[in-house]
Amino acid sequence: MTSNSPSEKRLEELREQAWKDGVVPGKGVDVAGGPIPRQPGYYGQPVVKPPVWTWEIPLYFFVGGTGGMSAVIASAAFSFHHLNLARAALWLAAAGAILSPILLIMDLGRPRLFINMLRVFKPQSAMSMGVWILVLFSTCAVPGLIALELLALHLFTGAMDQLLNIAAGILTFGSAFFGTLLATYTGVLIGATAIPAWFLHRVLLPIHFGTAGLGSAAALLELLGHRISALNFLGFYAAGVESALLIWLSIDKHGAADRAIHEHGSGWLIRIAEILTGPLALVLRFFSFVPFAAISFLLGALVSRIGWIAVGKVSGSDPESVFAAERY
Amino acid sequence: MIGEGIQSTNQRKHSYVQDRVEVGFFTDPSVCIGCKACEVACKEWNQVPDDGFTWSGNSYDNTGHLGASTWRHVMFLEQDRQKGNQITGPMGLTEAEDPFRWVFLSDVCKHCEEAGCLEACPTGSIVRTEVGSVLVQNDVCNGCGYCVVSCPFGVIDRRPEPLPDAGGAFKCTFCYDRQKSGLVPACAKVCPTESIVFGRLDDLRVRGAERVRQLQQSGYNDAQLYDPTETSVRGIHAFFLILGEPEAYGLPPKPQVPTIYLKSAWISAFATAIASLIAALAAFAFFS
Repeated sequence: MTSNSPSEKRLEELREQAWKDGVVPGKGVDVAGGPIPRQPGYYGQPVVKPPVWTWEIPLYFFVGGTGGMSAVIASAAFSFHHLNLARAALWLAAAGAILSPILLIMDLGRPRLFINMLRVFKPQSAMSMGVWILVLFSTCAVPGLIALELLALHLFTGAMDQLLNIAAGILTFGSAFFGTLLATYTGVLIGATAIPAWFLHRVLLPIHFGTAGLGSAAALLELLGHRISALNFLGFYAAGVESALLIWLSIDKHGAADRAIHEHGSGWLIRIAEILTGPLALVLRFFSFVPFAAISFLLGALVSRIGWIAVGKVSGSDPESVFAAERY
Repeated sequence: MIGEGIQSTNQRKHSYVQDRVEVGFFTDPSVCIGCKACEVACKEWNQVPDDGFTWSGNSYDNTGHLGASTWRHVMFLEQDRQKGNQITGPMGLTEAEDPFRWVFLSDVCKHCEEAGCLEACPTGSIVRTEVGSVLVQNDVCNGCGYCVVSCPFGVIDRRPEPLPDAGGAFKCTFCYDRQKSGLVPACAKVCPTESIVFGRLDDLRVRGAERVRQLQQSGYNDAQLYDPTETSVRGIHAFFLILGEPEAYGLPPKPQVPTIYLKSAWISAFATAIASLIAALAAFAFFS
C-alpha cells in the first residue's frame, strides 16, 4: 500500500479534519459540488405535466385545418359558380371531416368511450367546443358533398334541381362556417392550457393554424390540377401571413418561458416549418414555381403542427419555463 | 393544537358530505417526519397500481412527482446556503446560521377553487363534490388528455399501459368514497404527527395562519402559507405551509387557471376565421 499517493493523502487529510473539527466541510461532502448538477425547482421535476398526445393529434391539426379551410374555398367557389372547384374542395373537406374524428378517437386513452364527448356542451372547455365544431362540420360537409355531386350529375330538373341547389348552398356555407372554426379553434385548444410556450402565444396560434389550413387547402387543390389565379392569390395571402408570423415569433420572445420555441429539436421544427410556409413558399410562388410553393407550404404546415406539439412537450417538462412564465 | 390524538379532526367520524361543508387538507412540513405512511395508505386504500421502482438519487424520494398512480408524494428537500437556490431561515438557532435543513412535505392534488382540469374536461367526467373537492369519475373519462395540460400544478395525468385501468385520467379523489361514509381520507388518518390535517376548510385556514405565526415566533422567518388566493386559481382546498420559496417545492409561485387565456385566444380565432372567409371571397371576386 503506497501511503503517499495523492488519493491516500486526501483521505488522511479528511480523517484529520474530522477528528479535529467534528465536521468535514468543502466539496467532498457537498452534493452541490458533486458530479450531479443541481437542477431548478424540485430536483428538476416538471411543474406542469407535458401533453400525453401522440402523433394522431398533430396529424389531426393538419387534416382538420386543411379540411376545414377547404370548405371555405368550396363555398367561395360555389358563390362564384366554379362548380368543379367547389366539388373538389368539398371532397377534401369531407375527407377531413371523416379522417379527423378517426384520428381524435385513436388518440383517446379509452377510444370506446369517445361518445362521452357528446354528454356535455361546455363553452369554457376548448376541447368540448372543438368536438361540437367538428360534429357540426361533418354534418354539413358530407351531405353537402352528396348534394353538390347530385347537382353536378344533373339528375333532376325544375323545382327539384332548385331545391338541391339551395340545399347544396346551405350545406356548403354551413361547412365553411364550421370549417373556419375547426381550423382556428385548435390554436385556442393548446393556447388555453398551463403549458408556458403555448399560452404565451395564444393569440398567434389561432392565426397561424387557421392561415396554415387555408394555405394548405389552396396548395392541395393546386396540386390536384386546379391552377387558377384565385387559388394562387390565396397561396400568396397564406405565405404572406406566415412570413409575418415568423417575424412576430422572432420578436415576441419570452426568454426561458418560451425557449422551447427557439431552442432544442422542437425549436428547429418550428423554424423549419416557418421558413417552408413563409418566405420559401412566398419566393417560389413569386417566381411562378407554383407546385413547389404548394409542396413547400403543405410540408411546412405539417411540420409546424408536429413542432408545436413537440414545443408543448419540451416546455411542459421544463420547470424553469413555468417559473419564468409566471412573471408575464 | 398539535397532537390532539383521537380528539383531532383526523380521527373523528364526520358528516361533512351530508352537511355539504367545504373541507380541506392542511399539510405542515414542520412536523412531517418523512415516513411516507400517507403514500402507502393512499395506494392501499385506493388500490392505486404499482407504477415501478426506480432509484432517483434525489434524497429519499424515489416517488418523483404526483401523477396518475401517485396521489400523495412526500418531497425531501435538502437545503443549505451553499447548496440550495435560496437563503434559508435560522431554524431557531440564534448564534450560528443553520448549515443544513431537511424538509419533508407531503404533496397532493390541491383541489383548486377554480380547477383547470374541471373546466377543461370535455366529457363532464370531472365534477365538484358536496365538500368542494374535485373528483374524476373514472367510468365517464375517455382519456382525451386535455385535463393533463390544463392543471397548473401538474397533478392529474393519464395512466399509461399496461397498468390496470389504463387510458383514463387519475388523481387524488380526496377519498370521496370514505368521506361519504363519514370517514377521514386515508392519508390524514394514518399521519402519525398530524402533518396532514383534514377538516373544515375555514377551521384549517385559521389553524394554518396560527401555525405560521407560531413558527415565525420560533425563528422560522421564512415560514409561509402556500395558498394562491390572489391568482385566478382563487385559493386551494389542500393548502400547505412551506419553509422558503414555493419554487423549491416545484410549486408554481403564481398558478393561473388556463380559462383566463380563452378570451384572447377565441378573439384571435374568430378574427382569423373572418379574415379567411373574406380572403377566399376576395380571391374569387377579384382573381377569376
